[in-house]
Amino acid sequence: MRYLPHSDAERAEMLATIGIASEDALFSAVPRAAYNTGAIDLPAHSPEFLVEAHMRALSGKNRAAGDGPFFVGAGAYRHHVPATVDHLIQRSEWLTAYTPYQPEISQGTLQMLFEFQTQVAKLTGMDVANASLYDGSTGTAEAVLMARRLTRKKKLVLSGGLHPHYRDVVKAYLKNDPDLVCLPASPQGQGDILDHIDDQTAAIVIQTPDFYGHLRDLQKAADMAHAKGALLIVVVTEVVSLGLLEAPGTFGADIVVAEGQSIGNALNFGGPYVGLMATRKEFVRQMPGRLCGETVDAEGKRGFVLTLSTREQHIRREKATSNICTNSGLCALAFTIHMSLLGEAGLTRLARLNHARAIALADALAKVPGVEVLNQTFFNEFTIRVGKPAAGVIEALAQRNVLAGVPVSRLEPGKPELENLIVLAATELTTDADIAALANGLKEVLA
Amino acid sequence: MSMNTQGRPTGIGTLSHAGSGSALIPDEPLLFEIGDTHHSGVDLPDVEIDESRLGGFRRKSALDLAGLTEPEAMRHYVRLSRMNYSIDSGMYPLGSCTMKHNPRLNEKMARLPGFSDVHPLQPVSTVQGALELMSQLSHWLMTLTNTSAVALTPKAGAHGELCGMMAIHAAQEARGQGHRNVVLVPESAHGTNPATAAFLGYTVKPVPAREDGTVDVEAVKAALGPDVAAIMLTNPNTCGLFEPQIIEIARAVHDAGAFFYCDGANFNAIMGVVRPGDLGIDAMHINLHKTFSTPHGGGGPGAGPVVLSEALAPFAPVPFVRKAAAGGLEMVEHSEGEALGRITAFHGQMGMYVRALTYMLSHGGDGLARAARDAVLNANYIKARLEDAFSVSFPDYPSMHEVLFDDSSLEGTGVSTLDFAKALIDEGYHPMTMYFPLVVHGAMLIEPTESESKQTLDAFCDTMLALAADAKAGDKDRFTGAPTRAPRRRLDETRAARSPKLRWQPEEAPPAAAAE
Repeated sequence: MRYLPHSDAERAEMLATIGIASEDALFSAVPRAAYNTGAIDLPAHSPEFLVEAHMRALSGKNRAAGDGPFFVGAGAYRHHVPATVDHLIQRSEWLTAYTPYQPEISQGTLQMLFEFQTQVAKLTGMDVANASLYDGSTGTAEAVLMARRLTRKKKLVLSGGLHPHYRDVVKAYLKNDPDLVCLPASPQGQGDILDHIDDQTAAIVIQTPDFYGHLRDLQKAADMAHAKGALLIVVVTEVVSLGLLEAPGTFGADIVVAEGQSIGNALNFGGPYVGLMATRKEFVRQMPGRLCGETVDAEGKRGFVLTLSTREQHIRREKATSNICTNSGLCALAFTIHMSLLGEAGLTRLARLNHARAIALADALAKVPGVEVLNQTFFNEFTIRVGKPAAGVIEALAQRNVLAGVPVSRLEPGKPELENLIVLAATELTTDADIAALANGLKEVLA
Repeated sequence: MSMNTQGRPTGIGTLSHAGSGSALIPDEPLLFEIGDTHHSGVDLPDVEIDESRLGGFRRKSALDLAGLTEPEAMRHYVRLSRMNYSIDSGMYPLGSCTMKHNPRLNEKMARLPGFSDVHPLQPVSTVQGALELMSQLSHWLMTLTNTSAVALTPKAGAHGELCGMMAIHAAQEARGQGHRNVVLVPESAHGTNPATAAFLGYTVKPVPAREDGTVDVEAVKAALGPDVAAIMLTNPNTCGLFEPQIIEIARAVHDAGAFFYCDGANFNAIMGVVRPGDLGIDAMHINLHKTFSTPHGGGGPGAGPVVLSEALAPFAPVPFVRKAAAGGLEMVEHSEGEALGRITAFHGQMGMYVRALTYMLSHGGDGLARAARDAVLNANYIKARLEDAFSVSFPDYPSMHEVLFDDSSLEGTGVSTLDFAKALIDEGYHPMTMYFPLVVHGAMLIEPTESESKQTLDAFCDTMLALAADAKAGDKDRFTGAPTRAPRRRLDETRAARSPKLRWQPEEAPPAAAAE
C-alpha cells in the first residue's frame, strides 16, 4: 500500500518496543465476537492508474454543465472561476491545514477568515459576519434558531418564495414545530408574509431574489417586522446579485444568510458549498459558528485568533449556540480569493453581465409560443409557465442536450398549480447560441 | 509599524516589507490595505443594462470591496499560506482530529468535470455516474460497518450527529415514544454530542466514566429509564480506548427501549477490524474527512455520512439513491410519512464522496484494515516510548489510534500543557490536542495516524523526551516564552474576546497609532 510507510520488520521492531508478541494484543479490549481478522468482502487495493480509470468512467457517465446549453440554477449557479483561485487553494499550506486552534502557526487561515468576514459584512451591508457555515440551507435553519434565542419568542414565518429545500431543512431542524409557519409557494411573487407578523413572531424569513426569481421589498418587511418586535431574516441564494441589488442591511435586515457557492466554488453536484451569515453587532454572541477576531501577540504585532468560542460546543457543551464543529474553511478561502480578484469593480461588472444575459434569455423565451414569463422583476433567474408538465419538457430537452432549468415540481411535488412551471437561470457563461438552442428546443417540445 | 495603513497609496511593496523580519516569514497586510475598489484581477466587459426589471432595488450603497490584480492576489495568498502549518509541511499529532496524508489523486478526481461541473438539479438521467458513485460509496460504508442503510448527506460530523439523532427522534415518535426526552452522554464524549442532544431539545444526562477511562455498563443501566431516548457514546472513546463493555451497553440500551448513537469520529482506528453493526449500534456518523482523508482545508469542508441499523433505516433523510424498477439508479428526493425529511439542500458533499471513494479504492478492503492496525500500532509505540517521562492517563487498556497523557509529569516545573505545546511549535511540530478530553487534567492527546513512518515517530518521541527533560531541569522560560520561531508570538486571546474586532474598519486604525 503506497500510503503506508512500515515494513514488516519495522512493525515487528515496534511491537517489541511495546512489549507484545502480536498486533492482536493491541485490540484486546475488543470483544472477540466482534473482532475480524479475516478478509473483508471488498475489493483489494488498486494501483493509481486503475483507480483513476474507475473514477473517470463514473465521471464520464455524467453530463457536465459545460458540455452544452445549460440554464439550471435554483440555488446553485454555474459561474466562471478564475484559474488562480483553484491553483491557490490547492497549495498544501491551505489545503492540508487543520482548524486554526494554534493561532501562532495558523495566521494565514486566520487572516483569510478575517478578510472573508469583512467581505461578507460589506456585501450584505451588515456589521459582522461569521467565518462560514456549511451552506445556505443549514445557515437558514441556524438563523431561525438564533432569532428565537434573541427574541425569546417562538413563532417563525417562512415566505412562500423561500427555496423549498431551505424550507424543508428548517422543518427538519425544528422537528415540525407547530410554531413554524410555512407559507405556500408563491410563484407569482404575491407573497402575503406581512399579514402573518404578530406579537408572538420571532422572525420572518424572506428570500430575495426569491426561489422564482422575483425581487422582494425588504424595506416594508423590515419596518413591519420591527414594529412587532420581530426580526427580519433575509436569505440570498445567488450572492452575485448583491453586486447589483441593494444590500439587505440597508433595509434593516437583522440576520442575512446566503449561499456563497457562486463566488469561487464549483457546482460539485450540490456540495461542498459555503454558507454566509451576517448580523448586527449587538447580536454577535448569539451567532453560531466560528468567528475570527483581531488581537496582538506578545510583541504587540497584529494577529488573529478564533474568538468568542464560549458560544461553541467545545466549551459550553449542552449550552452551546449550535453543535457546529467544522466550517467551510477551504470554500471560504475560494470565495475570498475570487472576491478579492473581482473587487468592487469586477463584482459590479459580473452582476450586470448576469442580469443582461438573463434579460436576453427572458426576452427570447417570451417570444416562444406557449411560454409565459411570470416575472416582472428578476436578477439572473426567473420562472416560466409552459403548456405541458414541466418535468417532461425538461427531460425532452435534455434528450436534445439542452439542460433547460428546474421543473418546480421536482422540489414541490403533488401540487398541480406548480406542475407546468420551470425556473431558469442565465449567468455570464450563457451565450446567444445557448439561448437560441433553448428557444428552438422549447418550440419543438411544446408544439 | 505601518501595517494598518489604509488604502492603496502606500503600495504593496512598501507595506509588505515594512516590519517584516524575513522574506520567508512574511508580515502580510490585509487585502483591504493593499487593494482598492478600482483594481480587479478579472477581465469582464462592462455592459449597459436596462434597469427596468430591477424593481427599483438597484444597489446604491457602496460595495467598498477591495480588488487585487492577478499577480497581487497571487502574492497575497501565497504569502498568507506560508504563515500556516499543514500536514504536508510536518507531523500533526492532533488527537481526535486525525491529520494524515491527503493523496493528490483524490483532488485530481474531484476536479473531473463529470463530478465538479455537474448541477445537483439537472435531470437524473444526466447524472447516472454520480448516482453510481453514491451507491458504491454507500456499499463500502455499509460493508465496513455491517449496517443496513446510510444517509450520505450530512455536511460534517456534527451535522451527522444531528441527522442520526433526528432519525432517532422520528423513530421514537413513530413508536408512540415521543415523550422520551433524555439523552445519556458519557463524560468522555465529544463536545458536539451533548450540544447536539440539547440542540434537539433533549435533556442531557451525563454518565460518569470509570477510573480506567471507560464507560461502566452498570452506570448506564442505572441511568436508563422510560424517559431515555438514546445514549450517545464515542467508540473508540476520546480517551483513546475501545469500550470493552460496548456490546453489553448496547443490549441494556435496547432493552430499555432506547437507541444507541455512536460517535464514529474515531472509526479510522477500527475500520476493517471491527464492524460497529456487530456491536449493536443503531446510528453512527463517519467523518469522511478524518477516516478517508479529505484534506481539512483549515477547518472544512467535511462530510459526515450516518450509517443506520434496520430499525432506523426507514427514518433516513432524503435524498438517497436506489435501484430503479426500470433499471438504472434513481434518486428519492421526498420523504413519506414520519421520516425526518431533508437536512440540507441538494445531495450533500459530492466533492468529499469522490475523494473518499478514491481513497477507499486505492487502499482496498485489505489496505483499510492495514491502515487501522498501523494507526493503532503507531499510537501504542508512542505510548511505549513516552510512558516513563509522561503520565499515561489510562494505562489499563491498549490505546487505540491515539494516546492520552495528563500533566502530572509536569508538576512543579512551572510548565503547563499549553507551554509545552507551544514549545513543540519551536521544534517544528504542530502541537498535540491540549486540554481535551475534559475528564483529564491538562490533557495531551496524541494521534500519530498510520501515515507516519517509524523514523518520524522516533524523531517526534526524541523531541518530546528532550523537552520533558528540559522542563524538569528548570528551563521554564523556554516554554513560557514559546513560540519564538513562528510567524507570531503568543496571541492575546482574552483581548480578542473582550472587545471583539471581527472585521476590518479603516477609521478604527489610524496608521500612526497602529502598533500600540
